[in-house]
Amino acid sequence: MASAASLVFDRVSKRYPGRDGHAIDELSLAIPAGTFCVLVGPSGGGKTTALKMVNRLVPFDAGDIRIDGRSVRDLPAVELRRGIGYVIQQVGLFPHMTVGDNVATVPRLLGWDRRRIAARVAELLELVGLEPGDARRYPAQLSGGQRQRVGLARALAGDPPLLLMDEPFGALDPITRARLQHELRRLHREVAKTVIFVTHDVDEAILMGDRIAILREGGKLAQYDTPDAILARPADAFVERFVGEDRALRRLGLRRLRDVPLAEARGPAPGSCPAIAAAATVRNAVSVMVEAGADRVLALDDDGAPLGLLTLAQATALLAP
Amino acid sequence: MSAAGPVIPSFGRGSACVTGDHAFCWGWVRDHWGDTLEPHLVQHVELTLVAVSAGFAIAFSLALLAHRLPAIEHPIAIAAALVYTVPSLVAFQILVAFSGLSNATVEIPLTGYSLVILYPNVVAGLRAAPAEVLEAARAMGLRRRQILWRVELPLAVPAIIGGLRVAVVSTVAIGTVASLVGDRGLGYPILYALRLPTPFRTEIYAAGALVVVLALGFDLVLVGARRALVRWAR
Repeated sequence: MASAASLVFDRVSKRYPGRDGHAIDELSLAIPAGTFCVLVGPSGGGKTTALKMVNRLVPFDAGDIRIDGRSVRDLPAVELRRGIGYVIQQVGLFPHMTVGDNVATVPRLLGWDRRRIAARVAELLELVGLEPGDARRYPAQLSGGQRQRVGLARALAGDPPLLLMDEPFGALDPITRARLQHELRRLHREVAKTVIFVTHDVDEAILMGDRIAILREGGKLAQYDTPDAILARPADAFVERFVGEDRALRRLGLRRLRDVPLAEARGPAPGSCPAIAAAATVRNAVSVMVEAGADRVLALDDDGAPLGLLTLAQATALLAP
Repeated sequence: MSAAGPVIPSFGRGSACVTGDHAFCWGWVRDHWGDTLEPHLVQHVELTLVAVSAGFAIAFSLALLAHRLPAIEHPIAIAAALVYTVPSLVAFQILVAFSGLSNATVEIPLTGYSLVILYPNVVAGLRAAPAEVLEAARAMGLRRRQILWRVELPLAVPAIIGGLRVAVVSTVAIGTVASLVGDRGLGYPILYALRLPTPFRTEIYAAGALVVVLALGFDLVLVGARRALVRWAR
């Protein structure tokens, strides 16, 4: 298994001829190996441009991009691309090929033998939650969610250390989208790749990212940090506005009750204050308190036994810098 | 010239049906299948296959060229369309001066017509691959030639077969005019029968029906080919 690769943008700039201003303006980002990094920002921020510069679908004018310390310009584009997974919103499956043949594309380009390819296809279909029989189906016979699963399997097929994803769930219905977001996070823990994920959706960025890079108009980096740090300390008014006025609540949404210190559940009998599963986020716990007009909530473990109490004051304390 | 007297049209071994000038004589068809209809049918098949194959080979090459160099796509299309405006009768007459009453005189215009029909279809077919599919192909590290052969051409097959169906049917039809340049194709028995003092209807209908059946047969083969090759489109 190839491990993850680090990715560095080093003062990268790009202008499109005939257009005013930069598409990307001196972008510098260091993304450690294995990081799930989300590029987020309004349209015109250059997120997709930045992504496509990594596999050289878009050339850049100045600066450099390095994967594991090696410039992307050192390799022929074709070879570079075979080592980088790429997933886009419209998926772009080959309509005339079966799911199995789609997934086998890069392994075939890499010259793997038949048995290895067949084993890899089967492994990947299982990894992304498809049936083995789906390998013989054509893309036109799949739902949107299934197609994006195939797109993900195809991108992972050559076992690339780096995966680029351009709004991969943007065209899916909310339920399918939430499910795939969840599964991608799980997958990221399992396969330990470096992922660069583009979205315009702040919620998705906060949910998915280990780190978030916020790009603003003109391709300028506004802030690059963990979701919690960005929500706690927005770098400027633009970021503040972009992450929203409910950023305190969003921050509480990053933490689960079972991961925060709780007060011992004694005194008042169960039933005198609202209860919620310990797997829920602190944000949801606060919501329950507000709804019930209570100042505390009882956290229950998986068996429904009381685990501890969270008070509104404790929740507020979690927001302290 | 022979001596005076009434000119009696020769209908071959004349049965009562034939000499009586009935609308259609099955007996004649049976008797003359081997010496008249079948040979001309075979000629017509050859005529069509040669013209469409040559037309396809040229159209395909030109379309690949235009796919590489978009600037020449239109000039080729215009030149091809001009070829199509030359009436087949005129084309045959002009070519007789160069290639005489040979196969070339017949095949060159027929090839030209199928080329004109096929070229835009192949060009459109090569453009049928959606942008995101091409982007994905490029991003996975397929070379330009690999994208052409593994992605663009397979996706062009429906449009190419669509063009072939039109080209074949029209070549079968125009091919009947080839009889003006001599004894070839199903047009010849029709022309022959028409030129008799009393046009012989059985021969005209029989050869005409064979033209129709031949066109339908070719079409059926192509529809079958499409089914076999394009299993991915629902």
